[in-house]
Amino acid sequence: MVTEIKKKEEDIDRSPFHGLWTLTNRELKKWYKSAVILLLSIIQPIFWIALFGKAMNLQALFSGTTLSIPGLNIPKDIIDKIGQEILKQTFGTTDYFSYLAAGMLSFITLFTSMQSGMSMIWDRRLGVLDRLLTTPVSRSNIIISKVLSSVIRSLVQATIVLIVAVLLGMSFYPGINIFDFLGAYIALFLMSFGLSSLFLMIAIRASSWESQMAVMNLLNLPLLFTSNAFYPINSMPSWLKPVAEINPLTYSNAIIREMLLGIQTNLTIDFIYLTVFAIVLSIVGIILSWKYISS
Amino acid sequence: MSEAIKAINLTKAFGKFVAVDHINFEVKEGEIFGFLGPNGAGKTTTIKMLTTVLKPTEGTAIVNGYDITKEPAKVRNSIGVVPQEFTADEDLTGWENMMLMAGLYGIKKDVAKERAKELLDMVELTQAMNRKVQTYSGGMRRRLEIAMSLISRPKILFLDEPTLGLDAQTRSAIWDYIMKLKKEYDMTIFVTTHYLEEADLYADRIAIIDHGKILAIGSPKELKESVGGDVITLNTSNDDEAMKLLQNLDGIIDIKKVDNMLRIKVKDGEEMAPKILERLIKSEVKVLKMSITEPTMDEVYMEYTGRKMRDEEADSKEVFALRRTLRRARG
Repeated sequence: MVTEIKKKEEDIDRSPFHGLWTLTNRELKKWYKSAVILLLSIIQPIFWIALFGKAMNLQALFSGTTLSIPGLNIPKDIIDKIGQEILKQTFGTTDYFSYLAAGMLSFITLFTSMQSGMSMIWDRRLGVLDRLLTTPVSRSNIIISKVLSSVIRSLVQATIVLIVAVLLGMSFYPGINIFDFLGAYIALFLMSFGLSSLFLMIAIRASSWESQMAVMNLLNLPLLFTSNAFYPINSMPSWLKPVAEINPLTYSNAIIREMLLGIQTNLTIDFIYLTVFAIVLSIVGIILSWKYISS
Repeated sequence: MSEAIKAINLTKAFGKFVAVDHINFEVKEGEIFGFLGPNGAGKTTTIKMLTTVLKPTEGTAIVNGYDITKEPAKVRNSIGVVPQEFTADEDLTGWENMMLMAGLYGIKKDVAKERAKELLDMVELTQAMNRKVQTYSGGMRRRLEIAMSLISRPKILFLDEPTLGLDAQTRSAIWDYIMKLKKEYDMTIFVTTHYLEEADLYADRIAIIDHGKILAIGSPKELKESVGGDVITLNTSNDDEAMKLLQNLDGIIDIKKVDNMLRIKVKDGEEMAPKILERLIKSEVKVLKMSITEPTMDEVYMEYTGRKMRDEEADSKEVFALRRTLRRARG
C-alpha cells in the first residue's frame, strides 16, 4: 500500500499548467473532427471575398472603361490614369480585391472569436463544468483553455481565408517577407485574444445559447461595418469616424494592409492600441470568468 | 483517522433560500453512505460543497483530512465524482474520455493507459471503448462515468443519483459495479439517491435529508427500528389466551387482534420471535402460523419527512426528459 502511494506521486504532473493543453485540445478536437462545421464557418467570408470582392470590382470601374465625355477629347490612358490615382488615394492601392481580402482576415477572426463562449454554455448546462471543477485542474486553466482554443481556431480560419484569397487573385506587395506575415498574425492574435476573453465572460453568465447568439448578432455586423474592412475611414461620414477609430478591427486591418499590401499606416500606434485592447479585455474577461466559476 | 468525511455546520444559502442548513454528519472510512431525500432537499448542493464546486456560506467539512474551504486543491486530488448529469464528451470515444480525465488529473500517459484499460474492463466497456459516446445506452454512459471518475484512484467516490432515469435492471447492474468497487479498491462511497429501496439494500448507513436539514442518520436497520420496529403476525389455537400471555413480555411495544390474527409490534422481530414462541409453547398455546415483517424504508421516510416518496418520481422523469432533449439538441 505504501509503495503504491509513492508510485502514485511520481506518476502525477502537478505543474500549474497541467490540464491546460488537455482541455484546449478537447475543444479543438470537436472542431477539426467535424469537417462540416469547419467548412460552414469559412463559407461566409469566402462568399464575401469571392462574390462581393469580385463583383464590386472598383478597379474595373476606373480602368479599362470606355468612358468618353462629350465635347472633351480625353485620351483613354489619361482617364485610366486618373482612375488609378483616385483608387490609390482612397484605398492606398489600386487593387481593391486585395484591400477587401485583407479586411476579411480580421472579419473571420472577429466572427470566430465571438464564438469562444458557446462551448462554455454547453459545458455549464450539461454539467461538464461541474465535473471539471471537481478535478485538480486550476480554475484559471479551465478559462484560459477556452480562450486559447478560440484563438487557435480563429487563426487557422484566417489562414484558410488567406489561402482562398490568394487563389482568387489577392496579391501581396513586392518584397514581402516572413516578418510581414508574422506582424499580420500578431495583430490577429491580439484582437482574437481580447475578443475571445470578452465573449467568454459574457457567455459564462448567459442563461442560454440563444441569448449568447443574440449578443453576437447584435455586435458582429456593426463591428464589421464601423471598421475600415470595406472602405477607408477617410470616406466615412464625420459621425462614423470616431466609432471606427475605437474599433479594434480598424487597427488590425491597418496593420495587415501595411504588412501584406504595403499600404502605409502608423504601425506603432496600431500595435499599441491592439495590445492595450487585448490586455485590458483579457484581464477583465479572464478575471471575471474565473471569479464566476470560483464562487 | 476513521472518518472519511466530516461535515461541520455545513450551510449553503442562495440569497434568502437556504438549500443546506447547518448539517452535521460523519462518514466512516470504507462505508457506503447513502444520502436520501426528495428532489430539492439539498442533496446535490451538499455533494457540490463536499466536492469543492460550491463554496459553503457557513461551516465547513473535512474530506480525506483536508478542509474543503482551506485546502480545496488537496480535496480535489483525493476524490472522484460521478455527477448527476452525463458529462462524458459525446463527440469523443469512451477511450478518449478516459484519457481526457487522466490529463485533467495530470496522470502520465503510460500509467493512464494501464488504468484506463483496467477500469474499462471492470465496467465491461472494453468492446465499446472505441465507439463515440453518443452511441452508448444510458447504462453504458453511467458505467463510463464511473470508470472516468476512478482514473485517479480516489479514496472517496461521490455519486450523485447514479441510477436516476435508468430502468430497474440497469439500476441493479450499476449497484453491482458500485459494490464491486468498494470491495476491490476499498473506497469510501458517498451516494445520493431518491430510490428508497436502493438506499435500503446497498447503503451501510443512511442520512435522510429534507428542506436542507438532516432528519435522521443510521443504518437501514436502525432507522427502521426507530420508527417502531417489526411486526410479528401470529395465528394461534387460542388468540385470547396468547394475547394475555404476551401482554407483559419485555420488548413488545403493542399487541392487537386484527382479522383473527395477532399483530404484535416489537423492536426487533428476529430476536423476539423465539421468545414469543417459547412463552406460548410453555403455556401450551399452539402456534399455527407466524410471520415477521420489517417496516419498509417507505414507512421510515414517511415518518421523517411527512410525505411519500412517490410524489417525487414524476419530477425526476421530467428532469431526465429535459436532459435527453438537450443532448439531442446538441448532437
